[in-house]
Amino acid sequence: MSTADTVDPDRNEPVDHDTVPPARTGLLVLAGVLLALPVIALMWVSSYSRDEPRLGGFPFFIWYQFLWVFLTSALTYTAYRLVLVARPHRPMDDLGAGREWAADHGTASDVSRGERA
Amino acid sequence: MSDINGVALFVLVVLFAAVTGMGFWASRWRRPTSMESLDEWGLGGRSFGTWITWFLLGGDLYTAYTFIAVPAAMWAAGSVSGFFAVPYTIVLYPIIFIFMGRMWSVSHRHGYVTTADFVRGRFGSRGLSLAVAVTGFLATMPYIALQLVGIQAVLEVVGLGGGDSVLAKDLPLFIAFALLAAYTYSGGLRAPAVIAFVKDTLIYLVIIVAIIYLPTKFGGWTHIFDAAQTKMAKPNPVDGKPTGVFIPGATQYWAYATLGLGSALALFMYPHSITASLSASTRNTVRRNAAILPAYSFVLGLLALLGWVAIAAGTKPIGADGKPNAQLVIPQLFEDAFPSWFAGVAFAAIAIGALVPAAIMSIAAANTFTRNIYKEWLKPDATVEQEARVSKLASLVVKLFALVFVLLLDKQNAINFQLLGGIWILQTFPTIVLGLYTRWMHRWALLAGWAVGMAYGTYEAWNVANPRAGINHFGGSLANMPVIGQLGYIALTAFVINLAVAVVLTLVLRAVKVPDGDDETIRGDYFADSGDPRVEKVKQPLHQEAPSI
Repeated sequence: MSTADTVDPDRNEPVDHDTVPPARTGLLVLAGVLLALPVIALMWVSSYSRDEPRLGGFPFFIWYQFLWVFLTSALTYTAYRLVLVARPHRPMDDLGAGREWAADHGTASDVSRGERA
Repeated sequence: MSDINGVALFVLVVLFAAVTGMGFWASRWRRPTSMESLDEWGLGGRSFGTWITWFLLGGDLYTAYTFIAVPAAMWAAGSVSGFFAVPYTIVLYPIIFIFMGRMWSVSHRHGYVTTADFVRGRFGSRGLSLAVAVTGFLATMPYIALQLVGIQAVLEVVGLGGGDSVLAKDLPLFIAFALLAAYTYSGGLRAPAVIAFVKDTLIYLVIIVAIIYLPTKFGGWTHIFDAAQTKMAKPNPVDGKPTGVFIPGATQYWAYATLGLGSALALFMYPHSITASLSASTRNTVRRNAAILPAYSFVLGLLALLGWVAIAAGTKPIGADGKPNAQLVIPQLFEDAFPSWFAGVAFAAIAIGALVPAAIMSIAAANTFTRNIYKEWLKPDATVEQEARVSKLASLVVKLFALVFVLLLDKQNAINFQLLGGIWILQTFPTIVLGLYTRWMHRWALLAGWAVGMAYGTYEAWNVANPRAGINHFGGSLANMPVIGQLGYIALTAFVINLAVAVVLTLVLRAVKVPDGDDETIRGDYFADSGDPRVEKVKQPLHQEAPSI
């Protein structure tokens, strides 16, 4: 993700597309944690391989895993919203793209333009 | 068993005919200007939105064989063999969420239709690309054959297929497959996309009705779970060990976890999963789908429990040949417990459920053959029209092969090969998924890791005996894991060995400076979305590219 810094959104120069588009690393890590939770929970079989407590006749082993269907869906959707915010799409039609990107991200481009000036 | 259930058969035939009509109509649905390219025929124009993709992927991944085999495993051997499908199809989605966006983007930019296309472009290695293509092709073939086994199970319970003459016995299956082949040929991926709506709706309907109605009929859930626990604890006459597993004990944790994780990692390496994913219209369509596809996992879990409902119901799955056959347990339960007309709906759900994956799998296998064998090795200057034509023909050949496979060989062969297919396909994971992130791995190291994983997995699977079924080889997918010393999924053990070989050899090859292949992708390609232009293909060595679309 460190390569994000090398992107120059200046309107006069085309974006180098052989770079990773800039992202907010913290949000990506958070999304990664949300996605890892279901995998860890379900691979940890000893935490749920028991009969009690039953729920409506269903052994814990069964209903707990059904519960994770819904939790995983919610966690994955949250991760989806997070990555959309974390890494906005950087269009790839070069010059125009750079301008559009800069317009959407006023602060970042202002800073870089300021440095140039 | 020899009695034909007339009402159920009538409902089955009517629904099947309706779906066939839709299949033929599909080539006109969202009509492209021309079907004469793999993008249109093989990927539905890469135009499917969130909901079509949801139905298509759901219809594709949750196959008729799954619907037959998972409850059958629950009925016969309990939760480790059957219920692992639930954690499997849960952890699947966070995993594909992570890499499928990149896969979609790079494929969109470069016009990749298969994973082997991507490997060719990323690593500049025809050998590695061929290995991935052949693995995908081999793993898919028995999977198609098993969809036929799903249809056969339904036909057998409804009373067909019991005749003595070969023709009468297999004619219904033959007709079903001929129709499938015809509309897949004309409609391409649009055909299963249209049928998937019907398939998924019927499946949801049948399973929800079954899960609400059947427990009331067979003494409630407490009684059902007690009956399952009693059956699983009963010693098996062959070896004196318990029949199966009600809830995994300490020695089965690894088996349960590795079956789930290994299967989840493998599923999206199959060509048919990739085909359905790449047909999505945007990068985010697939990622959004990762959040809504678990709905199918929920249904699959309920379906698995029907295997235990059948224990409480005392279902006796006896085949047309008079022998017990666990694969028939769900159709038999439906026939015993439902009024005939609804049993017919349930049978149609399973039979139609076989058509969607069979169509997508044959398209995916055909695309793989066309792009990575025909065009890469046989006719490098093939035009897009020729590609589409070869792919259409290949889809017919693939289906014909599956039919012959099921009709002439023992069903057990298809099951053995499918088991092997799962082990094999996971060995392409390091190349494909790590390749989406890094080129650090050396192409020859990946190829060597793949070869070792394939050989180890095949050998271990061959070595698994199942005395209860009276077979000495390919008796299951679990074997002792080195170092850990517990039973685990062979595919995952082979995968770890594969990865270790690839890493060590990469270090060696980097040390002696063996050159990398050319990478035609750039970092930005992995984040492209639908508005971004396709890369204009430059002329590659040995290639005369077709004019791009």
